[in-house]
Amino acid sequence: MIDTLPIKTSTGRPLRKEEMVINMGPQHPSTHGVLRLEVVLDGEIVVDVIPHMGYLHRCFEKHSEHMTNYQQVIPYADRMDYLASMNNDWGYALAVERLLKIEVPPRVEYIRVIMAELQRIASHLIAVGTYGIDMGAFTPFLWCFRDRERILDLFEMTCGARLLYNYIWVGGLSHDIPPGFVDKAKAFCKYFLPNIKELNDLLTYNTIFVKRTADIGVLPADVAINYACSGPMLRGSGVSFDLRRDDPYGVYDKFEWNVEVGKGEMGTLGDCWDRYIVRVREMEQSVKIIEQALAAIPEGDVQSALPKRIRPDAGEIYVRTETPRGELGFYVISDGSATPYRVKARAPAFVNLSVMSEISRGCMIADLVAIVGSVDIVLGEVDR
Amino acid sequence: MEDIIKNALEAIPVLGHSLANLLGTPPGVYVVMAALPLVFILLYALVTMYMEMKVSAHIQDRLAYMYTGWHGVLQPVADILKLIQKEDTIPAAADKPLFILAPYLVFIGTYAGFAAIPFSSMYVGSDLNIGVLYIIAVSSIVVVGILMSGWASNNKWSLFGAMRSAAQLVSYEIPSALAILVAVMITGSMNLQEINHFQDGGIQNWLAFGGPLPIAKKLLLMPFTLTTFFILFVASLAEVNRTPFDLPEAESELVQGFNTEYSGMKFAIFYMAEYANMFLVSGVAATLFLGGWGSPFGSFMSGPVWGVFWFVLKGMFFVFLQVWLRWTLPRLRVDQLMYVSWKVMMPFLFVCILAVGMILSF
Repeated sequence: MIDTLPIKTSTGRPLRKEEMVINMGPQHPSTHGVLRLEVVLDGEIVVDVIPHMGYLHRCFEKHSEHMTNYQQVIPYADRMDYLASMNNDWGYALAVERLLKIEVPPRVEYIRVIMAELQRIASHLIAVGTYGIDMGAFTPFLWCFRDRERILDLFEMTCGARLLYNYIWVGGLSHDIPPGFVDKAKAFCKYFLPNIKELNDLLTYNTIFVKRTADIGVLPADVAINYACSGPMLRGSGVSFDLRRDDPYGVYDKFEWNVEVGKGEMGTLGDCWDRYIVRVREMEQSVKIIEQALAAIPEGDVQSALPKRIRPDAGEIYVRTETPRGELGFYVISDGSATPYRVKARAPAFVNLSVMSEISRGCMIADLVAIVGSVDIVLGEVDR
Repeated sequence: MEDIIKNALEAIPVLGHSLANLLGTPPGVYVVMAALPLVFILLYALVTMYMEMKVSAHIQDRLAYMYTGWHGVLQPVADILKLIQKEDTIPAAADKPLFILAPYLVFIGTYAGFAAIPFSSMYVGSDLNIGVLYIIAVSSIVVVGILMSGWASNNKWSLFGAMRSAAQLVSYEIPSALAILVAVMITGSMNLQEINHFQDGGIQNWLAFGGPLPIAKKLLLMPFTLTTFFILFVASLAEVNRTPFDLPEAESELVQGFNTEYSGMKFAIFYMAEYANMFLVSGVAATLFLGGWGSPFGSFMSGPVWGVFWFVLKGMFFVFLQVWLRWTLPRLRVDQLMYVSWKVMMPFLFVCILAVGMILSF
């Protein structure tokens, strides 16, 4: 698209006005990984955005078909959304358990909830912190990382790993929580709540931050539903939909907590600020859930009696769980053998990313960064 | 003790006199006079690098460097040594002469500004009678340098950063010039040294608080001078590309802005120019509104040597404020940046100028 301006250059040729195509990524500081955005710019205004992905494709689904048994897929599920490994593991383990039609011991359910919610806080802390960096504020990021360290310490004490846990197994857990874990987790909850307020004072209600995020990248509820967005992306648009409540799994129905939705407090419903605040408030709700779960954790086994090589009956199942990024679905087909015939993962970040070009047309480059940040993508999961 | 130093300073003609008195002196003197700010900038850049890292670290709940010397005090030196040794790459498609020239031009623009800054009652590089105007004019060279670097890099992100920077610096020079105008109106002089002498006698005579005028006028002036001073400080943040106005090098949007393609010593010079510029605008603000080298306690702790101390202290206070803001605030967007300049600062300044003019005329 080339326009001619009514001005002529000194040589008599008309002056041309062109749009600029620019590559944002895969090595750009604010693409949160190896996302490549092909951006068509008219000055500072974004005319179009085409996301290109696949730079981190590691054949998760194909790998899953070639393991020697169902349990061996877990470390691969860990590596999908590497910021929320616990939630991924749980999703896969739950799918296989439902395929096997087994129940896990109650202690396992409680520990899984605690781990998943701690992981949700850790993941949201990164989302919120890096969002601060996208807006040019560096300090919130490090404050978030400071708190995330505490969670990682808890995970390390549980299973030795700080990023890729391989802790939630099919039929239970790899092992029980260590002595002292409950107290430390309770201490963390007590320590963490005031820090959310501190973060709000520094970033959330900062006028510049609000001005940068309110009314930007507005995602109306109907568009969000049409694009199958989920998680904070959907709830930010005011749709109260959370699989932990609406398609219950684990023991979430035993706790008292609320589904946080965006209310358009600072601008339009479904803008970047709404998506951001949903994450911040979800952290508070997660703390609530963890506190209740820690108080009610029962004694018992952490592994149900399963044969070493699991052979589910031939059949298929789709199980969806709520990860920090939204609806993570595992579609598992079994042909009765010891390895899955097919594992398909519905990655929430991948689906959420697809709406990006729709909501970022006509914004400025700086807003594009705000929008990408508010989608909260993890490229490991987008590309799998 | 102080009298001895004062006498010694007066005895040395090199330090004791301004450019007007120096016309009869040998060229070596000019070199010494010119080199003094450079020495200051180099030392100050090292100190500020260290300070910025430590301040940011403590804001962010971490320690910053701890191993190079006591609490890492030698780290800035190590950083400079590393940058000197580093390979100085020039992109193949870059416009080579412009690419090489740009960082030096940016630095020259800032460095030249130091010539008119009075460090003490006895030392000013060049006692120009239009010192303020000269600083405003000469610091505009920075824009040319930045635009040059962005264009010569042949990188779209750099060009974006340079364009933003040019627009930003040009827009913010107007509010800062208008703010300076208020000070010039009250003192009736463009000579920074004279403006400084005007504010002699302690904190109550500083222009931010109305200057040494009769008490009724002073009280009337105070709200306007304080507003002007505040606007000057905010505008100076934009002029030195510091948060919340650091759009030209907005990392999350433009990678590194105009200096994306620079490495090694050229990058170091950009860096040094930025730090020097931070002190330059702080120095101008301190001289115009906070009494420059004047002691806040009247004649207590005043004199040419204490003058240097007070001036550097005031300048460093503003540098500290800039660092503090940088690690606290997010960044504005381009249109919001322009909005702040044209629709917020300018009307306020027009009101201030009008009011100050009316109060002075009574």
